Amino acid sequence: MEKEYESLKELFQREFSKMVAVISKRFGLQHIETAEDIVSETFLLAAETWGLKGIPENPAAWLYTVARQKTLYHFRRNKIFEEKIVPAIHSEEKDNETDELNFSRQNIRDSQLQMIFAICNPAIASEAQIGLALRILCGFGIDEIAEAFLTSKDTVNKRLFRAKEKLRTEKVTMEMPPENEIPGRLDNVLHTIYLLFSEGYYSSTQNQILRKDLCLEALRLGVMLTEYEKTNLPKTNALLALMCFHSSRFHARETDKGSMILYDQQNKELWDIELINQGLYFLNLSEQGEEVSSYHLEARIAYWHCTSEDTKEKWENILYLYDQLLSVNYSPSVALNRVFALYKANVDLPDKMGQKMALAEAEKLNLGNNHFYFLLLGELYKNIDNEKAKYNLQKAFSMARTQAEKQGISEKIDSLQKTGISTNF
Amino acid sequence: MKEFMFIFRQPSYDHSKVSPTEMQAITKKWTDWRESITSRGHLVNHGSRLSLEGKVLKAGGVVTDGPFVEIREMLGGFMVVKAESLEDATTLAHGCPALDVNGSVEIRPLYV
Repeated sequence: MEKEYESLKELFQREFSKMVAVISKRFGLQHIETAEDIVSETFLLAAETWGLKGIPENPAAWLYTVARQKTLYHFRRNKIFEEKIVPAIHSEEKDNETDELNFSRQNIRDSQLQMIFAICNPAIASEAQIGLALRILCGFGIDEIAEAFLTSKDTVNKRLFRAKEKLRTEKVTMEMPPENEIPGRLDNVLHTIYLLFSEGYYSSTQNQILRKDLCLEALRLGVMLTEYEKTNLPKTNALLALMCFHSSRFHARETDKGSMILYDQQNKELWDIELINQGLYFLNLSEQGEEVSSYHLEARIAYWHCTSEDTKEKWENILYLYDQLLSVNYSPSVALNRVFALYKANVDLPDKMGQKMALAEAEKLNLGNNHFYFLLLGELYKNIDNEKAKYNLQKAFSMARTQAEKQGISEKIDSLQKTGISTNF
Repeated sequence: MKEFMFIFRQPSYDHSKVSPTEMQAITKKWTDWRESITSRGHLVNHGSRLSLEGKVLKAGGVVTDGPFVEIREMLGGFMVVKAESLEDATTLAHGCPALDVNGSVEIRPLYV
């Protein structure tokens, strides 16, 4: 067993994305499904052979050899090779004389990067894109993707099929964008990685291991981009910093039973210092250069959330960053978070001034379909108008999606009733 | 002790739906099963898995690309064990992972 892999599962997952990328680069992205089939078949043969004979010294090399044979056999047998691919190869890349697949480190890396750019193409709808990224870039099985999206395998298969169809009709090819287009095209790539991470971080699936896997995959893809000079831009590092800071709370935000603990109730001792430091490292790298992307701002907000003390300075900084974020990238949830920061930054003003200020801003937002909105209103009405506070919390309760959220909200309602009584007496 | 050949046949199941986790589980099943035979000193040769590609040469010089698509079960691999009798050898074959996917194991004595 090669030391770089912890398990066969990980080996299969990693090598899947490498081999599919190399085969697709060699024979064209329109054959991506064939590439997947060839690699899966190779793995199945490996699984059974290694079970009988033991795992070879260099399992990756074993896989490459078998995949090479299978690929040539496939394309030759179907005559696609002679009739379509050979002429295409000869007209486009005259220097490439050999039919053999090239599994050198360099070619694997180049092919994977090109595959990232191909898959993160804005022509593909975002949900299908994350699915495709999980399959092709991360080597996930269909059942795992279905579980991540809480949907059926059939739906995932259909979604992936349509996404691949789109790659064909849009004539997406595997090549690096010209150097001057990289920063722009990279935005799509970073956005997909960001969505992949969010899917893991806020996923509706209860499977904690799977959720963590999604986040780790997003981190891994981000790190891959930093290993290539032209994609190792400040915004790439900002996204990585953001993901590290969020990931640092993974352990602290779940109970033993797997339900979620909200930020202000987390045991800060459980925050992962190493990941926070890693995040700081990327944050430093992100600050070279002029550009301030939304990832820069979000990374800094996330950084402030990694500082445990609830100081005025902390919330003023967060508020300032949210103001900037809103001007770059308006979204209702950002506006909502900004109101919360506004409240926290002014919590020490006399006569509940901060709270009232935030309340006025919150009422203006009018986000009727978001339970976090009602949760915030509930919080802001507390001790100003407890009836309204209760009304909003109950509304949030009825809209909350997970059991953990519902429980947290009902605790808030209970404590509201208790403070109600204590003020009465 | 006599020698016997195990011939595994498996349906051509859809490998594209097998996840990395399952692949790992399949490897473990074969390893465990082989171990159960090796540890009791019954293994002669762990044989080979056969690739799915191939050709068939028929009388009259007709060559085809293997009848893989049409048949329900295909020859997947073989292994040689030693046992006292055909019955004992058959007992060893129990637990072969090929059976889990609705495949079969054929047990045939070898003439040496």
